[in-house]
Amino acid sequence: MTWIPEVASNLASKVDGVLLLITLLSLVFFILITVVLVYFAIKYRRKREDEETPYITGSEPLEIIWTVIPSILLIVLFVYGYVVFKDMRTPPKDSVEITVQGKQWLWTFDYYNGKKTINELYVQYNRPVRLVMEAPDVLHSFFVPAFRVKQDLVPGRYTQLWFTPTKIGTFDIFCAEYCGTGHSAMLGKVIVLSPEAYEIWEKGVKADEDAGVASLPPAELGAKIYKEKGCNACHSLDGSTLVGPSFKGIFGHTVELQDGSKVDVDENYIRESILEPQAQVVKGFAPVMPSFKGILSDEDVTALVAYIKTLK
Amino acid sequence: MANHTIAHDVYVPFLEKKGIWSWLLSTDHKRIGIMYLISISFFFLVAGVFALMLRYELLTPVSDFVQPHTYNVLFTLHGSIMVFFFIVPGLAASFGNFLIPLMIGAPDVAFPKLNLGSYWIYLLGTLIVLIALAKPADTGWTFYTPYSATTDTDVVLITLGVFVLGFSSILTGLNFIVTIHKMRAPGMTWHRLPLFIWASYATSVLQLLATPVVGITLLLLITERTLGVGFFDPAKGGDPVLFQNFFWFYSHPAVYIMIIPAMGVISEIIPVFARKPIFGYKAIAYSSLGIAFISFLVWAHHMFTSGISDIAATIFSFLTFLVAIPTAIKVFNWTATLYKGSIHLHSAMLYALAFVFLFTIGGLTGLFLGALAADIHLHDTYFVVAHMHYVMIGGTVMGFFGALHFWYPKWFGRMFNETVAKIAWLFIFIGFNVTFFPQFFLGVQGMPRRYATYPAEFESLMALSTYGSWILGAGIFIMTVNLIAGLINGEKAPQNPYGSLSLEWQVPSPPPLENFEEIPHVTDWSYGYGKKK
Amino acid sequence: MGDASVEHSHGHHMDPAVEYSSSKLGMWLFLGTEILLFGGLFAAYAIFRAKYPEMFFEQHVELNKKMGAVNTCILIFSSLTMAMGVSAIQRGKQKATAILLLITILCGLGFGVVKYFEYSAKFHHHIYPDTSIFFSLYFLMTGLHMLHVFIGLAILGVLFALTIKGKFTAKYNTPVEVGGLYWHLVDLIWIYLFPLLYLIG
Repeated sequence: MTWIPEVASNLASKVDGVLLLITLLSLVFFILITVVLVYFAIKYRRKREDEETPYITGSEPLEIIWTVIPSILLIVLFVYGYVVFKDMRTPPKDSVEITVQGKQWLWTFDYYNGKKTINELYVQYNRPVRLVMEAPDVLHSFFVPAFRVKQDLVPGRYTQLWFTPTKIGTFDIFCAEYCGTGHSAMLGKVIVLSPEAYEIWEKGVKADEDAGVASLPPAELGAKIYKEKGCNACHSLDGSTLVGPSFKGIFGHTVELQDGSKVDVDENYIRESILEPQAQVVKGFAPVMPSFKGILSDEDVTALVAYIKTLK
Repeated sequence: MANHTIAHDVYVPFLEKKGIWSWLLSTDHKRIGIMYLISISFFFLVAGVFALMLRYELLTPVSDFVQPHTYNVLFTLHGSIMVFFFIVPGLAASFGNFLIPLMIGAPDVAFPKLNLGSYWIYLLGTLIVLIALAKPADTGWTFYTPYSATTDTDVVLITLGVFVLGFSSILTGLNFIVTIHKMRAPGMTWHRLPLFIWASYATSVLQLLATPVVGITLLLLITERTLGVGFFDPAKGGDPVLFQNFFWFYSHPAVYIMIIPAMGVISEIIPVFARKPIFGYKAIAYSSLGIAFISFLVWAHHMFTSGISDIAATIFSFLTFLVAIPTAIKVFNWTATLYKGSIHLHSAMLYALAFVFLFTIGGLTGLFLGALAADIHLHDTYFVVAHMHYVMIGGTVMGFFGALHFWYPKWFGRMFNETVAKIAWLFIFIGFNVTFFPQFFLGVQGMPRRYATYPAEFESLMALSTYGSWILGAGIFIMTVNLIAGLINGEKAPQNPYGSLSLEWQVPSPPPLENFEEIPHVTDWSYGYGKKK
Repeated sequence: MGDASVEHSHGHHMDPAVEYSSSKLGMWLFLGTEILLFGGLFAAYAIFRAKYPEMFFEQHVELNKKMGAVNTCILIFSSLTMAMGVSAIQRGKQKATAILLLITILCGLGFGVVKYFEYSAKFHHHIYPDTSIFFSLYFLMTGLHMLHVFIGLAILGVLFALTIKGKFTAKYNTPVEVGGLYWHLVDLIWIYLFPLLYLIG
């Protein structure tokens, strides 16, 4: 068990400094009070029913001491917390800007070069990133524990946060503001790439993340994509209705659309639903599914279809 | 009801008159206090069961016991019932009602009929929320917009119920303030008042001033859902964060409504069982007022990541650290009271000492959340859940249980089994820490709160927390059975089994109607232990 | 010194002087809570007016200044009659008090009638609480105020009934005075509402 997530951003180590100082001061006072409390409770245990006790009502010098000293320490904590905070709120001018949208229940990222990803945020090692964030529906909060950053997404306005990744790897994104049924399923990943790998990614070739999965059979690949791309946030496997229809037994079924017409759920319907989700929406569901065009390759879509076919 | 015709040489305990309507229509503050006690205890247990259920779900990372929607309903109901039915009315309405007139030497409160009315309003509020359970809300007890304005569940009724409960709070607070101002016995100057009275006074001021604000806030949420008003709706020009500001303007003072009476209880128990005067009477008395005042100025420390300005965040962080000072002072003074005392570790004293220990942890962990940079990481994680439960259970509930055990003989005229009480205390103390201490670590590791499912790496600590909840539940069960058993066949209680100098212990157990044969004339404070005559 | 003197003042355990000052303190505290309740709405008004000054300026002209002014006069006059009623009962003049209370009640009802016409006209023009933030504030603030007028009327009604039954005298008239305080608050809130909603810009 680790005490705290790894330090993966420039801000994380600073925040950890604040956490450490507060922990140390707290420990000191906690131990002090506990020891005195237990010591007194034992040492002054009643031995005889009629034993005398001194009439002590207080001590002004003590009151002053234990008011002034904690006050000073508290001001120190406040200042330290503020100083680091100021840094966390001041993105460098040369930050890369990425737009984030959080909506029930996934994250979309729009990059400066027109690229778009879902639930996976690609950033470059050692390069500052500024996220401009918004939410179209309800409150969400973008939280990356390894970076020690968090900021709510508020409908009707833009909020921001920034960081510089200091470690290559993959780190969790959590939604940290309760947003309904899929709140705990609104998971994502920050993928920090080396400058070389990032350049490759930027150019549009999905190199690293596909490495190792190209050899999976389609249905297994589909199962993986189902989870990683956030389909699970809205489409259940057990028949329960979330934002979207359940995938259980859906293949080969006939569904009714908004306009009353009926359609068979075959390979083409599934493919269309992934790439042009608003085209034929099932009756009783809101047209809120984002399109995965440009995010999922043909191979990915085929894998998903294969996977959905296996779900009885 | 009110009788001026009782013969003063015949002792008629207030519990004597029987029949349900003699209770439900009674304007005797002691009966009203007990009715509140029964009601809030009932809801405490109900909300506790919801907590056991949601912790049971959290044994594993996936949804196997309940589905996410049900889980969300569980934590909403747990929080709403605990906050609005139990802990906010809690100590004030039950113990405050019972003790305030007795402690100040008065026959009853200033407005006895209003007092009864407040209880009926409380019942009405709970009834409305009961109806709301047909389609229970899943918003969390904080009802944040826009989710609370758009979710398909029944938010209107539950918030309406809370609105009604608010009235009960306001009227009780009003009653207590007037009682303390106007009905003190001759010689009972402000500086001779027991500290529980100072605490009740500060709490009542908070109830009076803060509750109307949550009233209007919830009213606005209701109009948002029913009339299409758009104060919190960005599509109509409103601001979702405005709701948070309104909500926390009340709800932060509300947490001090929760804790200050418990602090008052501790200030009463420790001197009695240490046979020492309370150390630093004025410091403790004035710090209650200080905390109440500053509590109105810190609300946005719940909103550091909500999108408030940096300047606002800075100011609120500073003020939050300020409120820690009077709180710390109390802890030091309680500890110092034990010095050279003659300490009897009665179960009530065990709860009081547990309070000091656990509330210290709760208070210190609040510092992490008040510090801006640290809060960014810890906000909306299990760290906050742990902090709030350390202050609410480790603080208020320990005070509540301590009060129950301390004044039990006075209220009910009986004694309970002290050995079993100590065993229950041990289960509760251990169970509570096993449940909630791991949650600090979960929070630091990044585990967010209000999660029905969670990443597998958190499973061992989550499971440990659940096991703790079983120990805690067992302890509360043992305690409850023990206290009820005492009512049935406990031995009769003497007038003053613990040698307290406070006025409520100078009348029989239980007290008679109208409390005092003759209104006492007070000549000293109630902490004169060890004083040479 | 010690007051074993528990006078039988209306089922209370207090002597009349204590009961009187307690009731007044209680009412003042309650009025404080009412101010905080409305305070939330006034705060919302201030926040949204700072955010959308043009909306407030443009839309407030839809409000009927004449009706608002009439209502203001009605309430101020009713506060006068209420105060006179309190003064009358303090001098033991039961009949005068009853008449003055009745006039006050009629004023309150008149206020309600005017408001009825005002709201009807708004609905007729398709202006509802959800039409805009300004009108939300208008309806909510005046609506909540109207509710308090009704509560006040109920209180005054009870006081009127008790007065003609002869329950109040020069020695005992606390409920009248305390009820009067409530009515004055209802008036005071309107005096702030009227200019803020009807007369700005």
